Amino acid sequence: MENIEVEVLLVEDNPSDAELTIRALKKSNLANKVYHVKDGDEALDFLFAQGDYSNRKVENMPKVILLDLKMPKINGIEVLRVLKVDARTKKIPIIILTSSKEDPDIQQCYRLGVNSYVVKPVHFESFLKTVADLGLYWLLINQESKND
Amino acid sequence: MANKNISIRNKLMRIIMLVCGIVVLITCAVFFLYDFYSFRESTLQNISTYGQIISNNSTAAIAFESKEDAKEILSALKAEPHIVAASIYDANGQLFCAYPADYDINQLPKTAGAIGYHFTRTALEGFQPIVQGSKQLGILYLKSDLNALYGRFKLYTIIVVLILGLSFVITFLLSKFLQRGISAPILALAETAKAISEQKDYSVRAIKLSDDEVGSLTDAFNQMLTEIHEQTEMLNEFNQTLEQRVKNRTTELEVANKELESFSYSVSHDLRAPARAIHSYANVFLEDYGDKIDEEGKRLINIVLKNGQKMGFLIDDLLSFSRLGRIELTKTKLSMYDIVSGVWNELYKTEENRNVTLVLKELPDAYAEKTTMQQVWVNLISNALKYTKNNPETVIEISAEEKNTEIIYCIKDNGSGFDMRYYNKLFGVFQRLHSQEEFEGTGVGLAIVQRVLEKHGGKIWADSKVNEGATFYFSLPIN
Repeated sequence: MENIEVEVLLVEDNPSDAELTIRALKKSNLANKVYHVKDGDEALDFLFAQGDYSNRKVENMPKVILLDLKMPKINGIEVLRVLKVDARTKKIPIIILTSSKEDPDIQQCYRLGVNSYVVKPVHFESFLKTVADLGLYWLLINQESKND
Repeated sequence: MANKNISIRNKLMRIIMLVCGIVVLITCAVFFLYDFYSFRESTLQNISTYGQIISNNSTAAIAFESKEDAKEILSALKAEPHIVAASIYDANGQLFCAYPADYDINQLPKTAGAIGYHFTRTALEGFQPIVQGSKQLGILYLKSDLNALYGRFKLYTIIVVLILGLSFVITFLLSKFLQRGISAPILALAETAKAISEQKDYSVRAIKLSDDEVGSLTDAFNQMLTEIHEQTEMLNEFNQTLEQRVKNRTTELEVANKELESFSYSVSHDLRAPARAIHSYANVFLEDYGDKIDEEGKRLINIVLKNGQKMGFLIDDLLSFSRLGRIELTKTKLSMYDIVSGVWNELYKTEENRNVTLVLKELPDAYAEKTTMQQVWVNLISNALKYTKNNPETVIEISAEEKNTEIIYCIKDNGSGFDMRYYNKLFGVFQRLHSQEEFEGTGVGLAIVQRVLEKHGGKIWADSKVNEGATFYFSLPIN
C-alpha cells in the first residue's frame, strides 16, 4: 500500500455510486489508479497518511479528488475545508459530486475553493458520460498545479 | 339664498343693525306724526286767536264804515309774518278792506265764504265772523302760509337722517363688540372641528368659552371626541393585535412551508441515488450479461430499466417543481414572440417528420422572469405537440390579447383534448388525464406552469372537448 501511485481519489459512501463511477472511469481507461475511500474520515487518513494509512508515503498525492458531499461522520464540506487550508493538499483539484444542482452546499463549496462540481445524473448513459468527461478533463487536459 | 355664504359674524351684525334701524325709523316716524299734528293744532289755534283779536278790535271800524281804521287794525298783523293776507267783508259779504295794502285783490275771495278754517296744500285759510253783542257786523278772512310747518319738516328729516346715521355707527361698533360673545365660541368650535378633521388628532378638545347653549354644544362635541378617540384607540389596538396575529400566522406558515419544501427537496434528492442505482445496474447487467439471457429475460430487465428511468424523470420534475417555491423572480421586459419562436424551433426539431402548421400571431411583450416563462412555453407547446401526435395534420395557434390590466396568451391545438369533467385535476401535481400507453408524461408540467403563473400574479385556465383539441389560456398582469 505504501507505494501505490494514486491518480484519482474517489471519496464516496454510496457503494453503488462508487462502483458505477469506477466502471465509468475504467471505460475511459482512466481507472487504473483510482482509489476509493468510503467516507471523509478515511479520506483524510489516506491523504495525510495517518491511522490505517500511516504506512503510506504522504508525498504521493492524487492528481484529482472526486468528493461526495453527503457522507456520514465527516461530510464533504468538512473534508474540503481541511484540504483547502493544508499546504500539502490545497493545490489538488477537487471535484464535488452531488445528487442535485439544487444543493445549497454548492455555493459554500465554491467559497471554500472547489474547482468544479458534477451533478450525478440518474440516467446511466449520462452518468457514464459525465464521469468519463470529468476524469479526462482533470487528468489529461487540466494543467497540473503540482509543477509550479 | 345669497346669504348662505355669509359668516355668522356678519349675519349677527346685519340682524342687529337691521333691527336697530327699524326701531329708530319707527320711533322717529311716531315722534314726527305726533309733532306734525300738535304743530298743526297750535297753528290753527294761533290763527283763530289772531282772528278773534282782529275781529274784536274791528267792530267799531265796520260799524262806522271807517276803512282807514280797519286798515290800521289789520296792519297789526305785521307782528305775525306767517299771516300773508287778511281781509274784512261787510254784513252783506262785500270786500271792505284788505291786508297788506299792496296785496293783489284778485287773490282774495271776492265775497265771504263759510265760517271756519281749513288747510289747503300751501296755506291755512278761513273766515271768522265779526260780532258785536248778538249782531254780526262782518266777516274776517285770514290766510297763513305753512312755511313754519315745512321748515319743521325739513329739520325733522335732517334730524332723522342724523340719528339714523349715528345709531348705525354706534350699532355697528357695539354689535361688532357684542356679537363676539355669541360668535366667538361658535367660531372657536368650528376651528377646532376643522383642525381635528384635517389632522385626525382626536385627542384635541374644544375650549368651552361660555355656559350657554354653545357651551353645552362644546361639551357635547368634546364628549363625542372622547368617544371617537376611545373607539379609534380600540380599533388601532384591535388592528395591531390582528396584525400581530397575521404576522405570527404568516411566520408559522412560512416555517411550515419551508419545512415542507426542504422535506420534498431532500426526499427527491435522496430518491435520486437508488433510482440512479436501479437504472444504472440494469444497464450494467444488460451490458455484461445481455448475451447470456433469453428474450424474456431481456424484456424483464428492460422493464426495470424503463421504470428506473421514469422514476428519474419524476424526481427531476418534482425537484424543479419544488425549486419554484423557493426562487425569487427577477422580472424584466420580455419579448414573448421571441421566446415562443425560440422554444418552438427547439421543440419542433424532434417532430420534423410530422405535418405541423404553427399559426403564430403577434404577441405583446410581457413583464416577467425569463427562465420560468420559457419553461411555461416549453411545457405548453410540448403538450400541444404531444397530444396531437396521432393527427394526420396538426394546427397549433398561438395568440394573445390585452384585456384591461392583463395580457391573455392563448395556445390552441387540434389534438385529442380532454374531458372537461376532470378539469379540476388538470393542474394537479402528478395528475394525468391520459394513460402512459396513450401519451407519456409525469403529470408535473401543467402544475409547474400554474405555479410559475401564480408567482407572477397571473392565472391559467383551459377549455377542451375530447378529440376536438384543447385551448390553454394564461394571463399576466401588465406592469
